[in-house]
Amino acid sequence: MSATGTATPRVTATRASGAQRTHKRLNHYRFAPLVLILVNVVLFAAFFAWPAIIGLVYSFTDYTGVGSFHFIGLSNYQQLFGDSAFYAALGRTVLFTLIVVPTSFVFSLLVANLMVSQYAKGKLVARIIFFVPWLISPIVSGVIWRWLFGENFGLVNFVIESLGGSAVPWQSNADLSLMVVVIAATWGGTAFSMLLFIAAIKNVPVSYYEAAALDGAGPWQLFRNITLPSIAPTSFIVILLTTLNAMKEYALFQSLNNGGPGTSNNLLVQYIYQTGFQQGQIGYASAASFVLMIILMAIAIIQLTVNRRTERRR
Amino acid sequence: MTASVADPRIDRAADARPTQPRADRSHRRGGKNGARQLGRAIAPTTLLWVLAFAYGFPLLWFVLSSFKPAGDLFSFPLSLLPKSWTVQGYIDAWNSFTFYEFFGNTFLVAIVTTILTVVASCCTGYALAKYDNLWLKIFFVCILATTMLPTEVMLAPTFLVVRDLGMYNSLAGIIVPSILTATGVLMFRAFFLTVPDELVEAARIDGARELSIFFRIMVPISRPIMLTLAIFSFQWRWNDYIWPLLVLNDPSKFTLQIGIQSIVGAQNINWSVLLGASVISIVPLVLLYLVFQKYVMNANINAGLKD
Repeated sequence: MSATGTATPRVTATRASGAQRTHKRLNHYRFAPLVLILVNVVLFAAFFAWPAIIGLVYSFTDYTGVGSFHFIGLSNYQQLFGDSAFYAALGRTVLFTLIVVPTSFVFSLLVANLMVSQYAKGKLVARIIFFVPWLISPIVSGVIWRWLFGENFGLVNFVIESLGGSAVPWQSNADLSLMVVVIAATWGGTAFSMLLFIAAIKNVPVSYYEAAALDGAGPWQLFRNITLPSIAPTSFIVILLTTLNAMKEYALFQSLNNGGPGTSNNLLVQYIYQTGFQQGQIGYASAASFVLMIILMAIAIIQLTVNRRTERRR
Repeated sequence: MTASVADPRIDRAADARPTQPRADRSHRRGGKNGARQLGRAIAPTTLLWVLAFAYGFPLLWFVLSSFKPAGDLFSFPLSLLPKSWTVQGYIDAWNSFTFYEFFGNTFLVAIVTTILTVVASCCTGYALAKYDNLWLKIFFVCILATTMLPTEVMLAPTFLVVRDLGMYNSLAGIIVPSILTATGVLMFRAFFLTVPDELVEAARIDGARELSIFFRIMVPISRPIMLTLAIFSFQWRWNDYIWPLLVLNDPSKFTLQIGIQSIVGAQNINWSVLLGASVISIVPLVLLYLVFQKYVMNANINAGLKD
């Protein structure tokens, strides 16, 4: 009697305090993470979610940035898809991406392989040389390559002429001009992709190579049959990132050829910038932005699906 | 060991003649091996240095040209080394426009944004890695979604938001929108996922409060990631072009990249000034990289970007 009398309140007491503690702890666990993410939640809402929403809304209006606006339905999109300048910019962007992505991929993978090769000498110094272009801004990269490929004053044409050739129109020919941008973009983008590739190659178990070497595989076969399949997920990331970056390239073109000659190398972002900010058609530029966003998302989704499928097959 | 891996045929041949003296065999193997090593080193080393030359030369040519007097820049035949070295281009660049202002603005923006980015990313990355509830999961998806919404895609609406917040034509207008970066958050999240939960549990048992666990234990151990992200962030902000171009209107608030582009965009490019200005703009980043190289090279950006 007395035993139960003393026992019962103790049990309820512990139970109560236990419940209180779990309750308190849960509160804690909601409160602490909330405090920690608060800043980024606010920033996300203000500079990503809200602009995305008003961007979508404005794309159906004739907003010019000031004053009132009217909903005009799909006419921005109709105008956009009827604008030959838009198609020209889109086509040029796709062409640039299709050239720069494989070029950049090949060079960064090649450099990464050399950087992990035990036979290559002087890697420490070479690493710095490969890395410096990545530090340089697209604007300054553009200046560097413009200086090298100047039509009348550039070193490249000087060398070509000294060797008996005739000056190549690097600036006034639209396609050659695009090629120079491709070279500059590859030059600047190699280091970052290389870093990803180096990490991936170092993660491939050495025993794979040893086993294959025992079977008499040469360096090319080792690369083709072991390295390449093992780093497939990284290759996917690299291709995705370089594609997205190429699709939104702007600054490099600005300083290298100013989207020229004429308007022949205007890319999508430049088209958006010109219509939105130089001509003040915010609504129209929002529509163009939305099309670009849908293209970027489509690229990401397609690459994700392809990547999933190939991974499942293995 | 390496020999047997490198060339199994030698091994088999040696095994086929077990009567051969041991010393002789190893000697022969060693000699062949050395020559083979050298032979194997030639091709990759040559290729590496051809590529290194190709990557290094444009900048070398650019920097050497910047030391030439303005009159010699276009005098044919071009020479690799300046005939007379001068820093006049640098002096002109520094004194023309308000270059020191551009430099100061860029420095201010890059430093402030970097500090804020590191703090915000560290907090968010930790919360996403060590806590588990529905809202955090949703926010994680939001962070991933921002990688699909780069500045370039939302130029117009983001510009309107910044303008309506009263940050047009102020440095705050380029600092605040750039604080949140998915890469930073994902880098910290990937790092904190590798920190064992037992560490947090043990601190909880010792009665530490949640936020003090974060500030006293987690923040100090994440220092390498902080430095890595700081270098990345500094480089991004230093090199930003399109966003500052939109937000800043007053030349006294321009950043370096806009300043340089304004020289390029002129009718007649003043190459002497342009070369000097460009080289000056590169120097801080190169110094930063040389000092903190290992934080960049060891960066596990792969892990950060993958999930």
